Amino acid sequence: MAITETATIDSHLIPVLEEVSDPEIPVLTVLDLGVIRKAVEENGVIKVRLTPTYSGCPAMDVISDDLKAAFKKLGKEVEVELVLSPAWSTDWISEEGLQKMEAYGIARPLSETADKDVLLGNAKKVTCTNCGSTNTHLVSQFGSTACKALFKCDNCQEPFDYFKCLK
Amino acid sequence: MKQNKNLYNYIIGIADNSLILAQRLGELCGHGPTLETDIAGTNISLDLIGQARNYYQYAAKVQNEGKTEDDLAFLRLENQYRNVLLVEQPNEHFGYVMGRQYLFDVFHLMFLSEMLQSKDETLAAIAKKGIKEVSYHKRFSGDWIKRLGDGTEESNHNIQEAIDELWAYTDELFDQTEADKAMIAEGIGVDTSKLKEKYYEEVSILLKEATIEVPERKYFIKGGKKGVHSEHMGYILTEMQYMQRTYPNMEW
Repeated sequence: MAITETATIDSHLIPVLEEVSDPEIPVLTVLDLGVIRKAVEENGVIKVRLTPTYSGCPAMDVISDDLKAAFKKLGKEVEVELVLSPAWSTDWISEEGLQKMEAYGIARPLSETADKDVLLGNAKKVTCTNCGSTNTHLVSQFGSTACKALFKCDNCQEPFDYFKCLK
Repeated sequence: MKQNKNLYNYIIGIADNSLILAQRLGELCGHGPTLETDIAGTNISLDLIGQARNYYQYAAKVQNEGKTEDDLAFLRLENQYRNVLLVEQPNEHFGYVMGRQYLFDVFHLMFLSEMLQSKDETLAAIAKKGIKEVSYHKRFSGDWIKRLGDGTEESNHNIQEAIDELWAYTDELFDQTEADKAMIAEGIGVDTSKLKEKYYEEVSILLKEATIEVPERKYFIKGGKKGVHSEHMGYILTEMQYMQRTYPNMEW
């Protein structure tokens, strides 16, 4: 899994981290999203390193507060540090996370080149989360949050979000 | 000590560009000409605020006077802001909004691409994060320049008017303050003089493609980088600083 390859997380902290979700995409936990770069317990203090998806993502402040609250419930002291480097990439979203996202109605990010194609309206490659057709088109390069663009399916006519590729 | 002061001023200069442009875009929240452009404007604004926050947090640390990012963003006086005049120009009409955005985005992307090489790790990390966002901004504003320029007679007239006027503020992007020069010498700052030719070349190509005439100007208006702002700045700050001044130390 992509998460364990690049992040250091103590296994006994995982159940707590699984309770903290992204406030804007509540089906995704912070682990699914890959924003936890480090979570370790040192001398009774939990140290968490969190990385933002986008520079101005307002969810980061909420996630940071939620993490503190979740560990506080266990009576643990916690320090959350925001780190910018290495920069977050959509590759860090776990496969499980991608599946949950699709079930929630957000199409998964394509490869970097395919992403460019669809966001310039040059190709139809994004799969509709409602009917599975790729006969879809870009409605807006920017969507309801910084990480998404808005698409519409020309087959079933439903609008849906697309999670933009970030590398 | 002197070096810290230069670094602080250098960071503030970059941060203020992002913050003031974000504030200008934020004014359009709920007032965009279409839903898609409205959302785009606020999304871009949000990215810029996020970048500005990273810079201000770092500047506060470098300054080491116990100030926070909010103090720096909201509680300085007009002549302490170091943004270029371009970003404080008003949203006269959509042509101005996109013209200002594109003229800044091209510079911004070149600037961050160079800042990746900065010897300062924090600045390099902020650049790495921001570069992905800014290339997306440029794609959006560049598309609109083409669409407006090559659109109807009216849209062409409006974008030409905006570009003609805003052009006067482009030269300042490449001006260097004392702090800029000191940081360039340290290998921390970006040598903007090297970007100038490339900048005008890239912008001119797109303007021609959009059937917009490239302005030929002999003189340019500048001052923001030295803290001498246009009449607009006071109004921007009045609105932007209202909450912090009315409710000191308020937090979101």
